[in-house]
Amino acid sequence: MAKVIVVTSGKGGVGKTTTSAAFATGLARKGHKTAVIDFDVGLRNLDLIMGCERRVVYDFVNVINNEANLNQALIRDKRVENLHILPASQTRDKEALTLEGVGRVLEELGREFDYIVCDSPAGIEHGAYAAMYYADEALVVTNPEVSSVRDSDRILGIMASKSRRAVQGDTPIREHLVLTRYSHQRVARGEMLGVDDVLEILGIPLLGVIPESQSVLQASNAGVPVILEESSDAGQSYDDVVARFLGEERPHRHMNGEKKGLLRRLFGT
Amino acid sequence: MDRPQSDVLTATPFEIKGSMLTLLELRLHSTGLEAIAQHLAEKVAKAPGMFRNAPIVVDLQALVQADGLDLAGLAAVLRGHGLVPVGVRGGSPPLQAAAVEAGLGLLSAERRGETRPVPAKAAAAGGKTRVVTQPVRSGQQIYADGGDLVVLAAVSPGAEVLADGNIHVYGPLRGRALAGAHGDRTARIFCQCLEAELVSIAGHYRLFEELDPALRGRAVQVFETGDNLMLQPL
Repeated sequence: MAKVIVVTSGKGGVGKTTTSAAFATGLARKGHKTAVIDFDVGLRNLDLIMGCERRVVYDFVNVINNEANLNQALIRDKRVENLHILPASQTRDKEALTLEGVGRVLEELGREFDYIVCDSPAGIEHGAYAAMYYADEALVVTNPEVSSVRDSDRILGIMASKSRRAVQGDTPIREHLVLTRYSHQRVARGEMLGVDDVLEILGIPLLGVIPESQSVLQASNAGVPVILEESSDAGQSYDDVVARFLGEERPHRHMNGEKKGLLRRLFGT
Repeated sequence: MDRPQSDVLTATPFEIKGSMLTLLELRLHSTGLEAIAQHLAEKVAKAPGMFRNAPIVVDLQALVQADGLDLAGLAAVLRGHGLVPVGVRGGSPPLQAAAVEAGLGLLSAERRGETRPVPAKAAAAGGKTRVVTQPVRSGQQIYADGGDLVVLAAVSPGAEVLADGNIHVYGPLRGRALAGAHGDRTARIFCQCLEAELVSIAGHYRLFEELDPALRGRAVQVFETGDNLMLQPL
């Protein structure tokens, strides 16, 4: 049975879709059969970031409503073997994602795949809820800035109380922090929260830090997940994230020069 | 092709759910039907729309002398003015029996939603201490009903912890803490690291727009003496 991993954040625009694309690609590259699903009904982006937007025939909602089967809707990635994308509907709305329908699709996928990555929409409403409900693990994507941290804290609380695992009293969702758009110069200048500041507030294990990078925009414009840009700092950091997730030890790179974080400078320690 | 069943249970013809509804209440002060009818006529004339077809509950609790109250007659008077009597609240057993005879329901005499000061003894004798070991995240609210609350992790900004008794936070308190929620003014808040947004004892609160540097980040207790809310380093 596949492991379901939700990529969520609460806050919008912090890098969930970028992370979902890179993470799923990374897992598939390591030989694991991986499906990545876009839960952002009506504002779909995953297909763009994966470069398959002109190959969408059927979508997630079609499958839930039995208007198409999974094989018709799943798109095989052209670059990476083992990688499949299930795009969101652009014309329907979020209410089409019933919990029961989502559960059925995940179960069917679970029989064939090793990993299912759920790209959550922003917010805490139905779409985000549907994306996290069946998760076994969660990547909580956070920017090192106060509103993103507050929203990530909120989503952590919701996962801890309203996910299926919480509701059924199972072992809770395993939470991982992915700190994105990190700039060590801005941390040094006290403009941004440092890694330790964010960890102190959120209290979940750090899976990786992705530096702010031009390569992310370039990659999304090209429709190529940034992890495939082997020379880019962001791409390499995502590779580290995947490796650590799979149990490998990797030192944190692309973070050099970090001095005191914002909170420490204000309150002194 | 069969459509899948929707989430909603469609097998049973209905569900019974608890609900909190707002209703008009007629709080009776005296029992004379003529006076009641006349006063009611005046009230209804002033705002006929408000009373037409409105369900109403008759509150008998303020009646000192309830003898001679003709509940069936009262119900008829109410209906005559377009009101729909649905039940009574309070009243002696004979009165309640008369209400049932008149086709009215019986509502509990206890009023919810009003905070009345509960004697400290009742609060202490109340429930067990509730212990929370996971961080209380932004947007979450934890309430220790009838007892103390112990939190063994952080309370995030935007989170709320409440207790009828005392609150102990063995971690940074960054959200709000409200002790003595039902009016126990002897309740206290103890925290290992004060960075709270707001603290309150029995409704008496202090908002921390700026935290006193002498207290910020320190182990502090919060309690009331006389009319003052005190914060003291532990």
